[in-house]
Amino acid sequence: MSTLMEKPAAARSAWPAWFQAEQRAALAEYEALPAPARKDESWRFANIKALDLSAFAEATPVASETRLIQASAGLAETSAKLVLGNNALLLREAPALPKGVIFETLEAAASNHADLFKKYFMAQPVELGSRKFAALHKARTSGGAFLYIPANTSVTLPIEIFQWVEGANASVFPHTLIICGENSSATVVDYFKSADRLPALACGVNDLHLARGARLTYIAVQDWSHETTAFHLNSTIVERDATCTALIANFGGGFVRGENLSRLVGEGARSEMFSINPVEGTREIDQRTLQDHVAPHATSDLLYLNALDGKSRTIFAGLIKVEPGAKGTDAYQKVKNLILSDDADPNSMPGLEILNDEVRCSHGATNGPVSAEELFYMAARGIPKDKARRLVVNGFFNSLLARLENAPLRTHLESLVAARLSIA
Amino acid sequence: MSLKIENLTANIGDRQILKGLNLEIPKGQVHAIMGKNGSGKSTLAKVMAGHPDYEVTGGSVTLDGLDLFSMGEPDERSRAGLFVAFQYPMEIPGVTIANFIRAALQARLPEGEELDAVEYYEELYKKMDALKIDRKFTSRAVNEGFSGGEKKRCEILQMAMLNPVYAVLDETDSGLDIDALKIVSDGVNAMRSPERGFLVITHYQRLLDYIVPDVVHVMVDGRIVMSGDKTLAHKLEAEGYDWVEKETLATA
Repeated sequence: MSTLMEKPAAARSAWPAWFQAEQRAALAEYEALPAPARKDESWRFANIKALDLSAFAEATPVASETRLIQASAGLAETSAKLVLGNNALLLREAPALPKGVIFETLEAAASNHADLFKKYFMAQPVELGSRKFAALHKARTSGGAFLYIPANTSVTLPIEIFQWVEGANASVFPHTLIICGENSSATVVDYFKSADRLPALACGVNDLHLARGARLTYIAVQDWSHETTAFHLNSTIVERDATCTALIANFGGGFVRGENLSRLVGEGARSEMFSINPVEGTREIDQRTLQDHVAPHATSDLLYLNALDGKSRTIFAGLIKVEPGAKGTDAYQKVKNLILSDDADPNSMPGLEILNDEVRCSHGATNGPVSAEELFYMAARGIPKDKARRLVVNGFFNSLLARLENAPLRTHLESLVAARLSIA
Repeated sequence: MSLKIENLTANIGDRQILKGLNLEIPKGQVHAIMGKNGSGKSTLAKVMAGHPDYEVTGGSVTLDGLDLFSMGEPDERSRAGLFVAFQYPMEIPGVTIANFIRAALQARLPEGEELDAVEYYEELYKKMDALKIDRKFTSRAVNEGFSGGEKKRCEILQMAMLNPVYAVLDETDSGLDIDALKIVSDGVNAMRSPERGFLVITHYQRLLDYIVPDVVHVMVDGRIVMSGDKTLAHKLEAEGYDWVEKETLATA
C-alpha cells in the first residue's frame, strides 16, 4: 500500500468473464422491463418524460484528463483519493491508508477480491422503483470505487472519490461499494462532477455495508451539470451497534432521481439520512426513501432540506417500515421545503408502516417561505434582497451541516454550499 | 447637516400611529425621545428603517438632505448611512454573526471589490472585545438563542461595524441589567462624534444617565409635544407623563 500513485497502462481494464456474463443478463433485463409509467405509485409526481434516455451514448475516454485531475481537489487533508472520468480510472493516491484497507476500482476488486465483490455488490433488492435503471447500471458499469476496511481499523482522515463525466450526451455509471468491517471507522466524500455544461446521463449505485460496531460517514456531493439526467440508487445496511451518517447534497442535475434505502439489521444500529437540495430553474429532484427497521432497538433519523426557487420541483416520498420484530424502534423522518418562488412545486409524501407496537416514530413535511421579518432585518443592515435570500438558504442548509461532528469536513461542506449559492 | 423629520404621518393597517411628527437632529448631537407605551416611538424607528408593515401617508425624512423614502428598499437606506437598532432584533437561523456583518459590509463596497477578510476579523474582534461579547459568538447564528442583553449588544456591535451617519436606538436599554447597560452605553458613547447623530428612544430615564442627550423630546400620540434639555427626562421620571398631556392639551 506504499504506492503513492498508480495509473493504469490502458485507460480501461476488463471485468472478469463471470461478471461480463452477469452484465449481459442485466442488459437483457433492462430491455425486458417496462419503462416506469405515470400510474406507478413509486413514480407518482415524477416527470416521466425525463426518463427517455435515447439521446445518450457510450462515453469515450476523457479528453481533458490533466485538467480533471487538477480539479479533483476537496479537503485539505485526506488519506486517499480515487479519480475516475467517463467510467475509467484517472488517478489513485493512497498516502495514508492503514494496513489492510483495500481502495481500488470496483473493476479491479471484482478480480482481486471476488468473494467480497460477490457478497456485497448490488446485494439488496431494488425496492423503490428503479429496477430497470439498476439493471442498466449493472449492465454498463465500469471503473467504480471499492473500499474495504478491515475489522478494528480506523481510517482517520477522509477518503475522497471523484467521478467525472465529460462530453455531450456521454453516459456514466458510477458505482461506490464500501464495506466497513467490525468496529472499523471511516469518512468518505464522493464527488459527482461534470467537466462541462453539456447534457449527460449518470446512472449510479452506492452500496454501503456496516458490520457490527462500524462507523461510517458518507457524503455524496452530486454536482453534475444542470443539463444532466441522473439516477442515484443507494443501499445502506447497518448491523448491530453500527452507525452510518449519510448526507447527499444535490447541487446539480436537471432531472435527478434518488432512491435511498437504509436497512437496520442489528440491534442498536443507527442510520442518519440527510439531504440538502438547492433547486432552481426547471430542475427536478425526486427522492424516494425507505427506513427499514428489521432489528429491535435501532434508530433511524432522516432529514431532507429542499430550497426551491423558480419553477423547480422536488418530490419526496419516504417510508418508515417497522418490521414485526423491531420493538423499541426510534424512527424519525422529516422533509422541510423552503419556498422561494410562487412557481416552485414541492411534493412531499411522508409515510409510516408500523408492524410493532413498542416504537417511537414521527414523520412530517413542512413548507414555508423565507421569513419576511428575517429579510427585513437583513435589509435594515444594507444587505440586498437577493443576497439576503441566499444567506437564508445558506443558513437553512448550515443548520443541517451543524450535525456533522467532523469539523474540517463540516467547514469544507459549508464552503461548498456557500460557493453553490454564490456567497463570497 | 441633520436628520430631519417633517410632518411625518404613518399607518399600520387603517390605524394612524404617527400624526404629523417633526424632529431635527443636527449632526454631532444625541437626541432622546421619551414617551409612554403606545405613543408611537417604535413605529417611528420601524418607519424610518422601512418596515413593510407600515405605510407612510405623508411627510418626509431626510438624511443630510437626502430623501429617505425616495430611496425605496430598506437596504438602500441602510447603505445611505441610517442604522436602526431594534427593540426586538430578529433571529436568523444558520447565518452566523460573522457572515451576517460581513455581507452587510460587502454590500457597501463597489461591485467587484472584495472585503479584506483578515482586516475584517481584526476589526470585528476588537469591537466584540470592547462590548465584552465572547469571540465564540462570531460563529453563532444571529440572535438565535441569545438572551435579551446579548441581542442588544449584538445590535450595538453591528452599529459599530457599519459606522452609520445617523443611528436610531429603539429601547436599547430594555432587557439590560446595569452592567450590560454600562457596556452598551460605553459602546454608544465611543461612537459619538461631530460626524454622527443619534436618536435614542427609551421608556426610562435611566439610560439617559449613561448616554447623556443634548435634547430630550416627549412623544404623545404620534407627535413630539415638548422638547427640552436633559432635566426634562428627570422631571418625566419623577412626575410621569400626565402633566405633559395636560399642558399640551391646554396649549392645543
